[in-house]
Amino acid sequence: MKATVFVRPKAGILDPQGHAVQGSLRQLGFSVTGARIGRVVDLEVDSSDPASARAEVERMCEQLLANPLIESYEIELDG
Amino acid sequence: MASPQPRIGVVVFPGSNDDRDALWALAALDAEALPVWHAESELPDLDAVVLPGGFSYGDYLRCGAIARFSPAMAAVADFAEEGGLVLGICNGFQVLCEAGLLPGVLRPNDSLSFICRDVPLLVERTDTPFTTRCELGQELVIPVKHGEGCWYADDELYSELEARGQILLRYREPVNGSLRDVAGVVNEHGNVMGLMPHPEHAVDPLLGSADGALILASLVDAARQQALAVI
Repeated sequence: MKATVFVRPKAGILDPQGHAVQGSLRQLGFSVTGARIGRVVDLEVDSSDPASARAEVERMCEQLLANPLIESYEIELDG
Repeated sequence: MASPQPRIGVVVFPGSNDDRDALWALAALDAEALPVWHAESELPDLDAVVLPGGFSYGDYLRCGAIARFSPAMAAVADFAEEGGLVLGICNGFQVLCEAGLLPGVLRPNDSLSFICRDVPLLVERTDTPFTTRCELGQELVIPVKHGEGCWYADDELYSELEARGQILLRYREPVNGSLRDVAGVVNEHGNVMGLMPHPEHAVDPLLGSADGALILASLVDAARQQALAVI
């Protein structure tokens, strides 16, 4: 089963990378008023049961993929 | 009779690059300094542990996030749990935060630039094993060299840390966007410290400053007390 994890900087956390990208986009003439940069992790999970796959990916997020102090995560399962 | 030389281990991760400077500096300050390979699941008999600077495991995912799962780090966590002295420098500080042994997290500098220069710091406590040789309010000049040294904690955590006196060092002026200019913190029990500046690069006046020796010599003193205690 495929799983996709989206890791994002939490609201209120300064994201200097997003800020720099927003500045560049504006310089190019785009009227962007916000840009935040996160991370996408595509996983192949050895499980056919969506509930157990989700639970496992959640543990991966808690233990390694995201730092809960500064990042939030979202999980999408496919197939 | 000469006082015993304390044994201080420096954990070497793949990607560490300040391990040799740390070993050299500790030896110059009269400790027996020995490297500990990250794959070791047990520490040798040690009086203190230093986690050096560098880019452990390429800093993949987040700085320190992978190194914290190395076998040696499990042993370091046990060592710290038993009251052992642990000092994390730069990447070592990042590893300790990711491992939950120190509060907060280190994020990319607000400028997005790698910063490499001497910075003035202020000492906020002198009653910890890492600062006994310093004076309260003393200014130390120690180099930083990092891309991800912006320390962050949420308001609630920061208030708790300040109330418990866990902030040991602050930058005299903003350097990297660190919350309240925090440069170094200690854990609640006072036996684990992390800092972004590099005291091991400032132990000889020839290199511009010897202020880093005050921190490392404090650690050597405290480690020597540990060594004496078990004799």
